[in-house]
Amino acid sequence: MRADRLPHIFCSGCGNGTVLNCTLNAVDQMGWKKEETVFVSGIGCSSRAPGYILADSLHTTHGRALAFATGIKMAKPELHVVVLTGDGDLAAIGGNHFIHACRRNIDLSVVCMNNMIYGMTGGQVSPTTPRTALSTTTPYGSAEPAFDLCELAIAAGANYVSRWTSFHVKELTRAILAGLRIPGLSFIEALSQCPTNFGKRNKFRQAMDQVEYFKTHGILIEKVQRLREEGKDIPPDAIVLGEMIRRNRPAMGVRK
Amino acid sequence: MQGNVACAEGALAAGCSFFGGYPITPSTEIAEHMALKLPKAGGVFLQMEDEIGSIAAVIGASWTGARAMTATSGPGFSLMMENIGFAAMTETPCVIVNVQRGGPSTGQPTMSGQADMLQCRFGSHGDYSIIALSPESVQEMYELSVMAFNLADRFRVPVFLMADEIIGHLRERIEIPDSVQRVERRPLNQGDLPFHPGEDLVPGFPRFGSGFKVHVTGLTHDERGYPCTTNPKVHEELVKRLVEKVESKRHEIADYRVTNPDAERVFVTYGSPSRSVEQVIHDNPGEEIGHLRFRVVWPFPEDALREFKDAKAFFVPEQNLGQIAREIERHTSVPVIRLPRFGGSLHTPEELTSALGAFK
Repeated sequence: MRADRLPHIFCSGCGNGTVLNCTLNAVDQMGWKKEETVFVSGIGCSSRAPGYILADSLHTTHGRALAFATGIKMAKPELHVVVLTGDGDLAAIGGNHFIHACRRNIDLSVVCMNNMIYGMTGGQVSPTTPRTALSTTTPYGSAEPAFDLCELAIAAGANYVSRWTSFHVKELTRAILAGLRIPGLSFIEALSQCPTNFGKRNKFRQAMDQVEYFKTHGILIEKVQRLREEGKDIPPDAIVLGEMIRRNRPAMGVRK
Repeated sequence: MQGNVACAEGALAAGCSFFGGYPITPSTEIAEHMALKLPKAGGVFLQMEDEIGSIAAVIGASWTGARAMTATSGPGFSLMMENIGFAAMTETPCVIVNVQRGGPSTGQPTMSGQADMLQCRFGSHGDYSIIALSPESVQEMYELSVMAFNLADRFRVPVFLMADEIIGHLRERIEIPDSVQRVERRPLNQGDLPFHPGEDLVPGFPRFGSGFKVHVTGLTHDERGYPCTTNPKVHEELVKRLVEKVESKRHEIADYRVTNPDAERVFVTYGSPSRSVEQVIHDNPGEEIGHLRFRVVWPFPEDALREFKDAKAFFVPEQNLGQIAREIERHTSVPVIRLPRFGGSLHTPEELTSALGAFK
């Protein structure tokens, strides 16, 4: 970390620090050197994270982190490239780059801090805001269904896809580690609490209330599959967690 | 050789090792030729999902130290604008070719235009400066392509090769030199702050993967590269330097051709309209007709106008409503006659001759 950049901009109770911690823990376990690892981000709270890491980093324009990262990785495959992004950055303005980076299956690791809201601009609806949730631009509740980013990444061709939350620190770290190891595009979605702009409007009075929600509503993908096979209902507000896919499609930009 | 192919060959000779692009008429042959040649030369060709991604990938590649370029035309150029500002703010060397067609909007995809000349200078938000070149022949598509990479690395700015459809699709015989001169970007000295400007206002380049652990951001940043967005002094110093590092070197960057400097009636051109003027001068050997032709359009080389001490009028044929004529007016008290030509064809020598006649 860059000690001279502290204090950071994340609000107290924010989950992004936890996700960043898990990411750096995984990078550390890989033994990747600072000199050969590049962190790339777009715009938003999540995208401020690379600015606190003592390594080469590119803090780019809104939604375009994956396109910048594509240029870095393809021009110099020896570099390890980790993309830190958020739900608005990746799924709204950057949606096209997301699906094409997955399709190309470029050897990037993408960690999405999904707080289900535009935090930096003060709490507007995002593509992953749950239906009926309140935000400053959905004062009567969101009328739009939310995106499932993992299903999107799978359909588009990513080699590794996993979802955890800021509560599941060990599982999240292991998932990121798996993503760093696997050639091709790895997508790790990390649900992250935003007490300032999501929680306070949506019945999570304390930061920990939303973390507790992640804990109690999380359901493993294996259990979901079992319930489906048994013809049983899956709770509508369940957060499906775990490793969604691991495969070996041809990948681009893999270090030789 | 075709103009667009010559542009690609110039880029390859200059050591371009990364091309990110998206097909668009009338620039596509540049991408096609790079797709053919770059992989065999050990480089990378990527057809991106759109022009926003193209310029983003080019900027990313440039931070690994690669000479990187893209090529496009009007609509794609508009899409690139935000990231062009990012390249200016982060001082990322890159080459952007715009083979101009008729606009606005989708306009005339297969016809020539020059109406993006102000967009290339001012198209992204905020104050910054860039360098723009304009070729009048297939030979210059090659030469200015090489020059664009050298200027981009020397000044750490986006450099535009502002061609037009006529030059892009023209076929002429050209001379290709055995080797071309290369001006490399200056590496950052160990111990220097990554965005410390140094004497010539251009910081050394801390290539990714070379141990500098540099943070690069489009936010207003201090000399460490760290975001510093609410200090007015830091913002003022940064923005003024981004402009000054180019504008203070305009004499060094200037590149123009002068014909008949004693003439009273002077044509001022860049790009394909230059050819019509050359025909007029060729057809009227007895008449003293001056011609100033810019190979560098931005930063605007206003000193060039003073080469014509007896000038009574500047005639400016352009394939737009007078975008560079407006700039010329800012730098001279001599009358400036705008000669716009629309629809994608060249000015005819006859219409230029009659414009001269009307001024008498």
